[in-house]
Amino acid sequence: MTAKHKIANNVGIVIVSHSPDVARGAADMVRQMVGDEVPLAWCGGAPGGGLGTNVEAILAAIDQAWSEAGVAILVDLGGAETNSEMAVEMLSEERRSRVVICDAPVVEGAVMAGTEASAGSTLDQVRRTAEELRAR
Amino acid sequence: MTDSATGSVRIEHEIGLHARPSVKLTQLAKTFESKIEFSASPEGPWVDAKSIVKVMGSKTPKGALLHFRAHGQDAEAAVQALVTLVERDFELTP
Repeated sequence: MTAKHKIANNVGIVIVSHSPDVARGAADMVRQMVGDEVPLAWCGGAPGGGLGTNVEAILAAIDQAWSEAGVAILVDLGGAETNSEMAVEMLSEERRSRVVICDAPVVEGAVMAGTEASAGSTLDQVRRTAEELRAR
Repeated sequence: MTDSATGSVRIEHEIGLHARPSVKLTQLAKTFESKIEFSASPEGPWVDAKSIVKVMGSKTPKGALLHFRAHGQDAEAAVQALVTLVERDFELTP
């Protein structure tokens, strides 16, 4: 058996939902099913409470889950995606090329992406695995 | 030089090859270089054990006799490790 991949070398996962409960719950599922080998962060909810997403929180989550291998973002609906795109645009050029937004369901995609990431896969492999759900 | 290996084991885990067992199996399979597949029947269809989406999508139920086949330098070690994982109920506490 090969040595366990170091957490810092694995692709990070960011979960963005309108609901903080959904985002936290999806992150819990990744932690419990996949383990601690993957950098993981979540955000959700409007700054003043209630449902929503915001660019600052997404940027902070990307920073928290940052990995040299890159970060895969899972989003739920509408604004979660557009605000994530905006957050990615605000990253330094060097980081921007290493962040992808996955076209996958947020909860299932997070577990699939996390499993792939925990094996030390590349960012592109992680994204393809999350998006494979949609192609089935 | 490459090697081939096969092995089989019955799934006793309460819910079969569902979410958590699928993740454990895929994670372990991915630690080996060999191509690894499994099937609930010796005739196939064969599922890529390193694809979490395909493993979870196989919906292999409890009681199924799981056949593994591997091809590559560490094929024998891979099959042995995967059979042991299933025997140990995926190392998940009930």
